[in-house]
Amino acid sequence: MTLLAVERIKLFTTRSPWWCALITLGLTVGLAGMFAAAAPAGESLDVPTTQIGYQFGSAVIMVLAALSVTTEYRFGTIRTTFQAVPHRGSALVAKTAVVALLSLVIGEIAGFGSWGIAKLIRPKDNLALHTTADWINVAGVGVLFAFAAVIAVAVGILIRHSAGAIALLLIYSLAAENLIKLIPKAGEKIHKWMPFNVADKFLSGGGNTAGRIVSDSPLSPGWALAYFAGFSIVLLAIAIGVAKKRDA
Amino acid sequence: MIEATSLTKRYGATLAVNNLSFSVAAGKVTGFLGPNGAGKSTTMRMILGLDNPTSGQALIGGKRYHDLKEPLRTVGALLDAKWVHPNRSARAHLSWMAKSNRIPASRVDEVLDIVGLTSVAGKRAGGFSLGMSQRLGIGAALLGDPEVLLFDEPVNGLDPEGILWIRKFMHRLADEGRTVFVSSHLLSEMALTASQLVVIGKGQLISQSSTEDFVSRAAENSVKVRSPQLAELREVLVKASASVTDDDNGIRVSGMDSDKIGEIAAANRLVLHELSPQTGSLEQAFMQITGDSVEYHTGLDAEAQHVLDPAAH
Repeated sequence: MTLLAVERIKLFTTRSPWWCALITLGLTVGLAGMFAAAAPAGESLDVPTTQIGYQFGSAVIMVLAALSVTTEYRFGTIRTTFQAVPHRGSALVAKTAVVALLSLVIGEIAGFGSWGIAKLIRPKDNLALHTTADWINVAGVGVLFAFAAVIAVAVGILIRHSAGAIALLLIYSLAAENLIKLIPKAGEKIHKWMPFNVADKFLSGGGNTAGRIVSDSPLSPGWALAYFAGFSIVLLAIAIGVAKKRDA
Repeated sequence: MIEATSLTKRYGATLAVNNLSFSVAAGKVTGFLGPNGAGKSTTMRMILGLDNPTSGQALIGGKRYHDLKEPLRTVGALLDAKWVHPNRSARAHLSWMAKSNRIPASRVDEVLDIVGLTSVAGKRAGGFSLGMSQRLGIGAALLGDPEVLLFDEPVNGLDPEGILWIRKFMHRLADEGRTVFVSSHLLSEMALTASQLVVIGKGQLISQSSTEDFVSRAAENSVKVRSPQLAELREVLVKASASVTDDDNGIRVSGMDSDKIGEIAAANRLVLHELSPQTGSLEQAFMQITGDSVEYHTGLDAEAQHVLDPAAH
């Protein structure tokens, strides 16, 4: 518990988490609002469409999470941290937990905020949360953000430089997975198992969504979440293993 | 309190610290002296468990750093005053450190007061001058009221007032019975601050002794001698295995003190006109002792020669 408090103090006494949180909410809720406002009057919006901006939101969350580690390397406070807590594994797990928890909260606000603004603008549309799939679609955003943050912290620990870590995370999550599809024959098969594609399956359930590419993952939403979570935790374990061996 | 045994650190092909053993006692300020690049910081990082030694170990009060429970309560360290997030306030920086070792929050204000930063406690640490950063770093080191304190080049870049403050501070800490281990590349500074010296060069131990011993050994390294019977004198001195070089109108003897030279002269019935120990500057002496072990020679001498004497090429 002490270590969680330490990491909470560290995270909230700098400015970047606040900025990233604001940008995330602006992107997700803003996009949902714009979609709702621009949709033709005759058609009805559906729940998945309100979450159109989640991928951009998760990209900013990953920037936040990566920065929480890389700035520590940049300013040398990681050494002070390891001096105060020589068991590096505990210190890094605590940091990951705090960042993931914050991401979860931001994600929930983003998910329900996006849905709420759409409902506010189009009160007559079919936006009620009836099915489990509807609920996952909105409430799942926070869960997805949390594990995306774990991935970003792990990459931050491994790469240690802000620019490198952020570039890798953004290019990978926003572009690289889709580019893999271009590989002849094998590309499609590999793409089905790429973590962010699988995460999208968890959120959207693979249902038909207007204006969005639908995940081609063969997993059920539940297993898709387990797969994405497992991927993030394995990556974190590797990163912590490396950090323990390396000179700080 | 600090015991290093055969500490060795290798980075690829470079041996940063080589089989270094020394001990640092409580109740004294012990200086850790060596030219830049001698391996002082690496050694300190190994003591603090930040870098893993290639072989050997460093123990603090008989324990490895990693095995200390709430280590800030045992060891305080200032390795680099700039290791602070620039957007975090001084108080916030100390707060998270205190929290990590269950140090009461009231201690943060106490420490801020000790180092004289109370009035700027809420300001961004990024806006601090070097002197203020240095004080914050010392505050962080003192947070857990530790028995052992490590400071890496604490006076670097400070103004005279700041240097004096830190020097007095270290004496106070040692007088309270704490172990104070402070590194520097300036012998003159260490001569005023430390009572014991661990001197290293190129990662190897050169000497561990009291500062007095080291300074006298370093400074009394030559004796100027004038004599009307210079040739004979030179001969007997060389026979007694002193090394002799020519000086303006006499000779300069090193490796032998003035008493011995006088006795040798008397025994050989040689007249002396002057017998004066030369106390060179401390820096010069230090350079002489560590001279062979400076990691990065500038090549300036060679360059100067080249410019002054183009005919030679």
